Amino acid sequence: MTSDVRLIEIKEDILSDNTVQAEELKRRLKEKKTFLLNLMSSPGSGKTSLILRTIERLKERFSIGVLEADIDSMVDAEKVAASGVRAVQLKTGGFCHLDAAMVRTGLEAFDLDGLDLVIIENVGNLVCPAEFDTGSARNAMILSVPEGDDKPLKYPLMFSVCQVLLVNKVDYLGLSDFNMDLLKERVRKLNGGIKIIEVSCRTGEGIDEWAGWLANEVEEYIR
Amino acid sequence: MHELPVVQGILDIVLRHAVKNHVTKIHAINLAVGGLSDLQDEWIQRYFDYISAGTLAEGAKVRIERVPVVFRCKACTESFQVEVGEMKDITCPSCGAKDFTLVSGREYYIRDMEAE
Repeated sequence: MTSDVRLIEIKEDILSDNTVQAEELKRRLKEKKTFLLNLMSSPGSGKTSLILRTIERLKERFSIGVLEADIDSMVDAEKVAASGVRAVQLKTGGFCHLDAAMVRTGLEAFDLDGLDLVIIENVGNLVCPAEFDTGSARNAMILSVPEGDDKPLKYPLMFSVCQVLLVNKVDYLGLSDFNMDLLKERVRKLNGGIKIIEVSCRTGEGIDEWAGWLANEVEEYIR
Repeated sequence: MHELPVVQGILDIVLRHAVKNHVTKIHAINLAVGGLSDLQDEWIQRYFDYISAGTLAEGAKVRIERVPVVFRCKACTESFQVEVGEMKDITCPSCGAKDFTLVSGREYYIRDMEAE
């Protein structure tokens, strides 16, 4: 190292650019009174099924849009559109997560003035989406019973950034050694304030509680 | 998995500071990354070498300091460090309670750089 080398203090957040964009987006959505929900989970845990169940319960009460990001196939967007709400498919090009800029681009396809609730179906992945603020008002995640009760130990960041955890496929509980009490204890260690709701998108169990929680959050936000 | 956009963010920030400080060459960049992040050190350096080619930061070494995961017990307020691989069924070492808040482990920032 030569004597010309000096230490320059930076002290800047690596994700500051995304954080700034996410904050801007939050301000804009608040103005428009549009509640943005960021839904995250592994592939196959039931994001699309939960979204369809949620639309079923809440479409009379709120006008809803869905931003589909789970890889480029139109399968999910088509299913959602068939349920009667507006769905936009984001071209994520194999990206492992969504960031605030991609969400902003996706939202341009909606008329936010007419929407109370937009649900983001994030890329199926428990790692990367946890690191990027999408500008959402609330983060929700799904963990399905077949994935196992050890996931909070393996993906702690995801469990720590969400305000609500849906434990889906509880109709499989008797068929596995999944320990619900142990799961909740592990999750609460990472995130004491998290709301945990047990659901089954197949049987409809717990969906009322989830829809009630979400409706309250939306009402409070858009009031 | 998402190292590339993160590395782009690092490069943008250091180049901005390089211009501000009239730097001609960046030798090393020191990051502080929380233990809960899944960023891989090896890939950070590899991507950085790739995207920094032809800039003031070409050839710079990216050093990553891992910030420990620290919890504070809600019952007795004692703080304690946990290894990420050993987060299975932890209890407060002082009082045995199981309700905590996260004090550190989610950091994600650039501390400083060595440059001339």
